[in-house]
Amino acid sequence: MDFKLTEERQMLQDSLRRILSDTTDHESIAKATDSITGLDPELWEQLVEMGLPGAMFTEDEGGFGGAGFDIMVVAEELGRAGLPSPLIDSALLSGTVLASTRPALVEEIIAGRIIAFAHAEPDSRYELSQVSTTAQQSGDGWVLKGSKAVVHNAAAAETCIVSARLAGATDAAEGIGLFLVPTDAMQMRDYPLHGGGRAAELVLDVTLDADARLTEDGFALIQTAQARASAAQCAEALGLMETIKALTVDYLRQRRQFGQPIGKFQALQHRMADVLIEIEQVRSAVINLCGHLDAPERELHVSAAKNLVGRTARLVVEESIQMHGGIGMTMEYALGHFAKRLSMVDHRFGDADYHLERFIALAQSAA
Amino acid sequence: MDLSYSAEQLAFHETVRTFLRDKLPERLSLKVASGKRLTKQDFEEWHAILNQQGWLGVNWPTEHGGTGWDAVQRHIFEEETTRANAPRIVPFGVAMLGPVLMKFGSDAQKAHYLPRILNGDDWWCQGYSEPGAGSDLANVQTSAVRDGDHYVVNGQKTWTTLGQHANMIFCLVRTSREGKRQEGISFLLIDMNTPGIEVRPIVLIDGEPEVNEVWFKDVRVPAENLVGTENMGWTYAKYLLTHERTNIAGVGFARAGLAALKRIAGEQTHHGKPLIENPFFAAKLAEVEIDLMAMATTNLRTIAAAASGQAPGAESSMLKVKGTVIRQQINALTKQAVGPYAAPFVSEQLDEGSNLDPIGPDYALPATQAYLNNRKLSIYGGSNEVQRAIISKAILEL
Ligand SMILES: Cc1cc2nc3c(=O)[nH]c(=O)nc-3n(C[C@H](O)[C@H](O)[C@H](O)COP(=O)(O)OP(=O)(O)OC[C@H]3O[C@@H](n4cnc5c(N)ncnc54)[C@H](O)[C@@H]3O)c2cc1C
Repeated sequence: MDFKLTEERQMLQDSLRRILSDTTDHESIAKATDSITGLDPELWEQLVEMGLPGAMFTEDEGGFGGAGFDIMVVAEELGRAGLPSPLIDSALLSGTVLASTRPALVEEIIAGRIIAFAHAEPDSRYELSQVSTTAQQSGDGWVLKGSKAVVHNAAAAETCIVSARLAGATDAAEGIGLFLVPTDAMQMRDYPLHGGGRAAELVLDVTLDADARLTEDGFALIQTAQARASAAQCAEALGLMETIKALTVDYLRQRRQFGQPIGKFQALQHRMADVLIEIEQVRSAVINLCGHLDAPERELHVSAAKNLVGRTARLVVEESIQMHGGIGMTMEYALGHFAKRLSMVDHRFGDADYHLERFIALAQSAA
Repeated sequence: MDLSYSAEQLAFHETVRTFLRDKLPERLSLKVASGKRLTKQDFEEWHAILNQQGWLGVNWPTEHGGTGWDAVQRHIFEEETTRANAPRIVPFGVAMLGPVLMKFGSDAQKAHYLPRILNGDDWWCQGYSEPGAGSDLANVQTSAVRDGDHYVVNGQKTWTTLGQHANMIFCLVRTSREGKRQEGISFLLIDMNTPGIEVRPIVLIDGEPEVNEVWFKDVRVPAENLVGTENMGWTYAKYLLTHERTNIAGVGFARAGLAALKRIAGEQTHHGKPLIENPFFAAKLAEVEIDLMAMATTNLRTIAAAASGQAPGAESSMLKVKGTVIRQQINALTKQAVGPYAAPFVSEQLDEGSNLDPIGPDYALPATQAYLNNRKLSIYGGSNEVQRAIISKAILEL
């Protein structure tokens, strides 16, 4: 039993925390969100130099990490800084797919190239097997038609991985192909997101070369990719919660009403104590998930963590705003950005109820 | 025990419905229903329509041009206007200042300001809160020093809702630093166009500049703008707050929100079926509906007591806490129901006449915004913590 980080991970965590605290605040994030790509290219370059994408891949794949706890360390720090980044999308979603289908591209991702992951569709909600976009063979190549929804970092990516149905019903797990598509071949409507960063709606009517197809049966890969991305998302949420907790505790100490710090009111003390307890629960759930990313019960831990994180995110968002009073409602103070970003974790990769239902089904079928 | 309305009340109900059907412009109700941004002109237009009918002074007696309605009639009106998606009545002049002037204002103040509130000549805002005076309102520091027949005002107000639209502000100011803090506060009416006043909008987490900071630097205010007696402002301020807290339960808003939520949950699909049929979601929806049904009756119980002459006391604190928690839960479920499209944030889409297509369903953006914005419900008008403290003191006597 050892919950300490290895020396390498500790170093990565320290340097990441340092660089982010020097470069990143809610104003710089807002500025990047308003830019064309939704990210600060210089900062991204710095993070790439530090080896951020590389830490998401094993040595065999050309990286220097790739385990669940590598994901946890990096994503938690990104969360702590509130920084939207292409890491989840490019290195974890697309990277996981490419590592087993087109390893040469992993090297480019490690070098900082951004490849977006366009799987969800306007009507698919959180259903992983729901793919209506079609892929048809045409001569040597492929014709893809359909739409993709809320594709994070599409505007920053020259290339997207797009899922499209080769066979089967629109909700069948079988018959989902994955393709590499140049972003400029698609119609793109790009927009900012509530928690910072940008995403896009994509409309496809494209003809691709034969080698654009990465796999003809991608469901298992998509599920693995999403498990790794969910681990990162949960760890990022944990980092967001840690910062929100620190901001709120500070505020409870500083803010005076009725002649004393509001943190002296027991009504608030107990609630802040509950917030702390729940955040520690989240840390454990994230550890559980990151420790089981390669285990047979991985999906059970995905749903456990996503459910717990979703529930706790709501608690932390609402309690932190409430305990701040009016100042918690503004975008001029850092809490606003962190709380909004945290309030969005439940809208990607499935919400708390979705995963509660899924957890029950998985637990019952395992029993 | 009789839960139904009397014949007269039913007839009144019908009159209100007919009026709304005939007079509420569709342009406005569509904007409200779709969560579009309301402009100053939109509010003014609706005020004018109500005023034409004699229905703007909802809580005013007839002698001042009000409706003279009792608590049940006001409730029916509130319920029907929210159901019909009418813009809300901007509360600062009508609901807040009006009653204070009627009770404590001079004859000249009544004659001058009350008709201007109804006619839309003045847009009032509320200058209570300051950076150091939130829940602890008695801590107001903005000072007013008598200089001949003027007061000279210095200091800062904050969180001033829609102050950017206002030409008038009613303020709590400090006129004495002796004795108890509450005994050195006065109630002053200030023209926002007086030199020395500066207004700066504050953007809230939903992206909207709904509130403002207001600075006063050597602002000269005619002494005749003092309401009542110097240093008695705390009494007037508290009187105003009891009016701010009427209709605090927000049952009408909750019902409208619940209806919208059901529509959305019927359109979203989960595992190939409408989300509303999913037992996990349906259970949460049912719970909040059950809460609201009981809440509506709790509300009617206090209204009936008020109509029979009992002054609402700590009951309004109860309604505030439960009413806001229910509305916030409806907002949270609505955001949840929207799914992945809760994330895009294209605020230009809310402008009237914007030809931007919504990202995802048109209800998505307003759902997230309402969730974020309505966090305010448990903060302002006396935070829910402050309300619980009132309940434990006044009802439980702890
Ligand atoms: C959107 C919005 C619009 C507003 N509009 C107006 C307006 O038009 N005019 C105006 O004058 N004001 C307005 N307000 C201000 C509002 O009235 C204050 O925000 C409110 O009184 C709380 O004060 P505060 O923000 O300073 O929080 P604080 O008083 O600092 O409270 C911070 C936290 O401490 C808690 N707390 C404080 N005291 C206690 C206690 N004794 N026991 C337990 N907990 C306690 C509070 O409940 C809260 O959770 C508005 C506020 C908002 C958010």
